[in-house]
Amino acid sequence: MDTIVPESAQDLCDAVADALRERTRLEIRGGGSKAAIGAPRDARIVSMAALTGVVDYDPAELVLTVRAGTPLAEVEALVAGEQQMLAFEPFDHGPLFGAPAGAATIGGVVAAGVAGSRRVTAGSARDHLLGFTAVSGRGETFVAGARVVKNVTGYDLPKLMAGSWGRIGAMTELTLKVLPRPRMAVTLAIEGLDCRAAHAAMARALGSHADVSAAAHVPQGPDRARAITLFRLAGFPPSVEARATVLPVLLADHGAVRRLDTAEAEALWHSAGTGAGLTGAVLWRLHLPPAAAPGAVAALEPLGARWSLDWGGGLVWLALDDETPAAAAQVRAAAMAAGGEATLVRARASLRAVVPAQHPRAPLVAALEERVRRAFDPAGLFETGRFGG
Amino acid sequence: MEMAAARPARLMRERDVSILMPDPDQAVLARRAGIAAALRAIVPGEGVIDDPDALRPYESDGLTAYRQPPMLVVLPETVEQVSAVLRWCHAEGVKVVPRGSGTSLSGGALPLADAVLLGMGKFKRVLAIDYDDRVAVVQPGVTNLAITQAVEARGFYYAPDPSSQIACSIGGNVAENSGGVHCLKYGLTTNNVLGVELVLMDGEIVRLGGRQLDPCGLDLLGVIVGSEGLLGVVTEVTVRILPKPESARAVLLGFPDPESAGACVAQVIAEGIIPAGMEMMDRTAIHAAEAFVNVGYPLDVGALLIVEVDGPAAECDYLIEEIARIAGANGAVTSRISTDEHERMAFWAGRKAAFPAVGRISPDYYCMDGTIPRRRLPEVLRRMEQLSADYGLGVANVFHAGDGNLHPLILYDANKPGELDRAEAFGNDILRLCVEVGGVLTGEHGVGIEKRDLMPVMFSEADLQQQQRVKCAFDPKLLLNPGKVFPTLHRCAELGRMHVHAGQVPFPELPRF
Repeated sequence: MDTIVPESAQDLCDAVADALRERTRLEIRGGGSKAAIGAPRDARIVSMAALTGVVDYDPAELVLTVRAGTPLAEVEALVAGEQQMLAFEPFDHGPLFGAPAGAATIGGVVAAGVAGSRRVTAGSARDHLLGFTAVSGRGETFVAGARVVKNVTGYDLPKLMAGSWGRIGAMTELTLKVLPRPRMAVTLAIEGLDCRAAHAAMARALGSHADVSAAAHVPQGPDRARAITLFRLAGFPPSVEARATVLPVLLADHGAVRRLDTAEAEALWHSAGTGAGLTGAVLWRLHLPPAAAPGAVAALEPLGARWSLDWGGGLVWLALDDETPAAAAQVRAAAMAAGGEATLVRARASLRAVVPAQHPRAPLVAALEERVRRAFDPAGLFETGRFGG
Repeated sequence: MEMAAARPARLMRERDVSILMPDPDQAVLARRAGIAAALRAIVPGEGVIDDPDALRPYESDGLTAYRQPPMLVVLPETVEQVSAVLRWCHAEGVKVVPRGSGTSLSGGALPLADAVLLGMGKFKRVLAIDYDDRVAVVQPGVTNLAITQAVEARGFYYAPDPSSQIACSIGGNVAENSGGVHCLKYGLTTNNVLGVELVLMDGEIVRLGGRQLDPCGLDLLGVIVGSEGLLGVVTEVTVRILPKPESARAVLLGFPDPESAGACVAQVIAEGIIPAGMEMMDRTAIHAAEAFVNVGYPLDVGALLIVEVDGPAAECDYLIEEIARIAGANGAVTSRISTDEHERMAFWAGRKAAFPAVGRISPDYYCMDGTIPRRRLPEVLRRMEQLSADYGLGVANVFHAGDGNLHPLILYDANKPGELDRAEAFGNDILRLCVEVGGVLTGEHGVGIEKRDLMPVMFSEADLQQQQRVKCAFDPKLLLNPGKVFPTLHRCAELGRMHVHAGQVPFPELPRF
């Protein structure tokens, strides 16, 4: 179907009004880096590509207001220039689908709730979206939240908007909390742990005074037999050095700890945080209570699953060659049994047509969620079929 | 959040709450005895209170200016009872006001004359603690501090620390999205809650979130937190617990004026430091606090900063010196770094006593709670001084300086005719000023009834209607905590109306409500 490119919030309102009149469904699109997530669908694309640029950025206030279509890379470069960062460590999905990095937009990563390795300690997009301006499925512009870091005025609609995948409205402007970039980051590692031992070491580290900001586990090498467990320490140099001395002592029972050089560490974090290290036609994310990760992984290894852990085990990236719905059902069942959920990230279109990308919700929650979506989009304009419902 | 003044504002209790609230439903009031009997069938024994004297303790929350005994109080003990009470009230068209510990400073738990007050105080159990996954599962009546007490032996704590934490319940914290002095670094309640069990007004029981991060689907948990008891009743909460920082140090800094203190705060953050706490007091507050607790605050300064860092000792030692250096560069005239826990606690003693201390220099005070962009602080303080002169009422300022959350305390005497009205008008002007400079009406106390009628200062009618449509998705009959947060009550059918073109409803196959 066609693509339209609004150049203002008013254009966007008009586009929604047109769609309501023409009974056409709309898919809100940032850079399209995640377009291959979800069921195949046929909807009019509303590209946010023309709504770009920084509206306000005062580093000392820790607040950035930016238009939704601004490329993620530009936003990250801007805040890096002030020694700051997006605390939730979003990443570009393009390479997971064989596309170059660079297309992802700030609106897209927030709407998809994309968070990297630091999420376990620093929170997700939902924790850092302070406010927004958006156009609803009624064709109305509305704002929610604010442009200050501390606010409880009215319902916290930014929480609903982050991770909504464009199903309750199209954000035109976002206000995000930014944080100082750590002056120093060091990665310590233990090699040779199995999944259970890796989880135990990560739980020990994350529950300690070492103030570990991220913990991941990456099987690698031939047959993925050589595993490495990663611990990130970030902050001011005297603190990082002190903690880099303490952590090996805390983890002495778990294995010998070595310090990685920066290039090796960055490659491993990229792999652990974005799933990029896993090959396979089908790619899943499992969000689990961390202690349940080893059991879920063990249940799925007979399917030939390759996997890595992030968030101390709270996130499992899992790749399969088996493209059948039956294998997908086993992944979902293992995630459920572990008390968590599985999201289908990458698969051929025919599998995505029959296996929903998002983990099915309990019936009462699904019904409540649908009522909330209708509160913003009474006509179901944004219900393209991408996520069922 | 701050604790309310211990002593009730005397004349304020004569305020006519009825003008604030929808007219009581006379048909419901006429059925009071029958309603009590029906609820006793659900919550037997002493779980239903209808004796007028016994209702008295529930007539207000931390916003003591407003008092209204409820029609009845119900104190359920199980989620099944909560569900049955709500289902019955939903079917019978009876309004319900949920209540935790009743410490809200914005009137979030203020009863209605024709509503059942649903007290959650009997939900007091810690259900599970998992140190591996660093979560605790607790019932909503557990106090904020009790969560920390349940896990501190193992070196953990629950981070949000509203100053009412000894009394306020976690269920109330969820409803209000409570903060505390450490929230710049550790976040508000919303950043520390992973899941809830929630009973909707029609009695349905749903679980939102859980022990995993970022569940699929709309973040309904995120909109429950801070919804001020309007969307559902929380019956279980899963929170993150954190390793208790190894050490903490504080520095007490005096500045000639708030401008230089503000510049210091900005530079601390610009240099990449996020302190665990950063509190500012103005001259009036400093003098009141020092006279009360006598901890050695400098009295010859125009602004005082208490900056605290926590974490590994090496980090604290390094950062506290850095902060002292930055303070010096910004004109600090006093600088004392804590050398032991005793001294650190002494620095805080004055700040923590600031509210009762102000209570000693003025017969009554009214605590405000706006947030501003920090860069606008000098202008806001200047205009507040002008307002103070215009209204003829003093004001003392304490300020969560790191995140721009102001707590002006307006000094008045309720025994003097007209002073209460002037204090409220002054307070409203301060909040309008906060919004005008790019801030908000409330940083942590909530809207409740207190700021309800100021909501249009910050939000357009379209913005407010969109929020109310979310309310309609949870409680279409508007029975749960009505009259709070929103200045105008719209019926859900009216809010749901769409412009239909040429008689055609788009996508007729979709369900609607």
